[in-house]
Amino acid sequence: MLLRLIPGDPAVAMLGERASPENVAAIRERLGLNKPLPEQYMIWVSGLLRGDLGNTVRGNIPIASELSNRFPATVELALVALTLAALLGVPIGILSAARRNSFIDTTSMFFALLGVSIPIFVLGLLLIYLFGVRFDILPFIGRLDDAIQLERRTGLHIIDSILTGNWPALQNSLTHLVLPTFTLFTVPLAIVARITRSAMLEVLNQDYIRTARAKGLSERPVIFSHALRNALLPIITIIGLQLGTLLSGAVLTETIYSWPGIGKWLFDSIIARDYTIVQSVTLLISLIYIIVNVTVDVLYAVVDPRIRVS
Amino acid sequence: MTSTTQAQPRLALTRRSERDVRLEQLRDFSRRLWRSPSAKLGGILAFATLLAAIFVPLLDKYDAIRDGSLPARYAPPDCIVAWLESQFSASPEKLSLNGLTCEYPFGADKNGRDIMRRVGHGMSVSLSVGIFVVIISLTIGTTIGLIAGFSGGWFESVSMRLMDVILAFPSLLLAIALVTVAGASLTNGMIAIAVTQIPTFARLTRSMAISIRNTEYVTAARSLGASGGKIMISHVLPNSLAPLIVQSTLLLGTAVIETAALGFLGLGQQPPWPELGKMLAESQPALASGKWWVMFFPGLTIILIVLGFNLLGDALRDALDPRLRGN
Repeated sequence: MLLRLIPGDPAVAMLGERASPENVAAIRERLGLNKPLPEQYMIWVSGLLRGDLGNTVRGNIPIASELSNRFPATVELALVALTLAALLGVPIGILSAARRNSFIDTTSMFFALLGVSIPIFVLGLLLIYLFGVRFDILPFIGRLDDAIQLERRTGLHIIDSILTGNWPALQNSLTHLVLPTFTLFTVPLAIVARITRSAMLEVLNQDYIRTARAKGLSERPVIFSHALRNALLPIITIIGLQLGTLLSGAVLTETIYSWPGIGKWLFDSIIARDYTIVQSVTLLISLIYIIVNVTVDVLYAVVDPRIRVS
Repeated sequence: MTSTTQAQPRLALTRRSERDVRLEQLRDFSRRLWRSPSAKLGGILAFATLLAAIFVPLLDKYDAIRDGSLPARYAPPDCIVAWLESQFSASPEKLSLNGLTCEYPFGADKNGRDIMRRVGHGMSVSLSVGIFVVIISLTIGTTIGLIAGFSGGWFESVSMRLMDVILAFPSLLLAIALVTVAGASLTNGMIAIAVTQIPTFARLTRSMAISIRNTEYVTAARSLGASGGKIMISHVLPNSLAPLIVQSTLLLGTAVIETAALGFLGLGQQPPWPELGKMLAESQPALASGKWWVMFFPGLTIILIVLGFNLLGDALRDALDPRLRGN
């Protein structure tokens, strides 16, 4: 709906500026764009509630079935990237905070800043050139080599290949995952490390940390059971919010690596000017983003009893 | 707590004017900024890119439509880059510095266009878009935030819910959606990116305005008969300036990345005019055959621009953050 309020005619956008008025009218007729806006909205919402996202303009394929084909590819990539970013980012952040202003701290924070400053499409192209072309050790197109067969169960290649005991497919999927994962996880990794560091530093300045040290606790329990527990809230928030970054980053990463997920589909639809797909995919990604944000809010109560009480 | 109780009598004794206090804060701030290595590196990078962005279009009139020469298609970089490459390569043939030609220092692209020239003009495009994005979202966001935070009421509820709606979308995706509908062009991309960044400024200014509106000096100003608008401009705005400057600097980096991302996806600057993201997208086919320079120089330029502004923004934040003072 928001999109419809913007000046610009999707039919013209689809056909290009030099389209004949007859063709534009025909497209408008077919997409129902000639109906009044509230009616268009009602048709779209009622379809949405029935799980019907409409058909693609080209090929007339139901969008919902194509989405369910492509969605697992994006989920697999995003989850692997997010898990690695959290598993690496949190320890780096803790270490930097515990050894503040040390060599480790300065180096990792410089790399964290560099990680935020390298656009993923630049990093992706650099990695393709280095590991895909120059040294030629890693694949950089798609999820699986054409020669390898994999039975589809969940659509997640790692899980499917383990379930079916298909070890060559597992190895092949993993090697295909390396470069896209590296490309996608740098920004979340950098952000998670930075936020963890600043959250830990804030907590380490508190009085109860001084108390814990004064009563003779060694540094390890101070950091892990006193400080980390209290710094978890912003860390969890930022990890949750990274899923949004990952999903938008997926558009660029999947485009670069021809990864057959929804991000690549969104890009192809932009190029093909298929307005209905762009709308559906953007809607889906935003929906996931909102659900994740709400889930993170609920998690607060689990982590912090003070919020549960109030 | 201790610092405020100590500071107050000292202030009363010396009767320093507000201006003196401000000057001292400024001196304190610049000293901290000067000591930070990331501020220096970031400042130099940011200043250099700004200078280049201003002077390249002034000194070099570029006609993208007529640019290009077929014999020079994918010409590798000559000049210093070629010399460096020969020094580090395994082959025994080393170039001598005297015999260097400097026709294509960064190489040439698929149409035989000089990449260095296009990177220079593309950089200028990226930075102007970035600066416009900052100006648009800063002006609109700050105005909304000031009015919402200071007057409250229905305006606050409506505008802040609207900001929530914008924030509910990942910013790049929202920009993609807006540009797809409005039509792909640099102007639309710029407006779309600016729209996605308005909430940051609106929320920031609103929270500053709320915390300031109940302070004693605002009550004093009001009892002296100052109007709401006057209080906002002469009291609330100057006090929110520091975080706004930090945010604007960081946004400039983000805006450059997102402009390039839109360009990369074909939604920004249209060919044949140069733009860094578009140049990267066009370099993809050449990459598989090892023509690294087509991708490397535009990519490096984006990294340096963004790194510069991020370093500067980070250093500014550290220097302005009262919690880090005294460390």
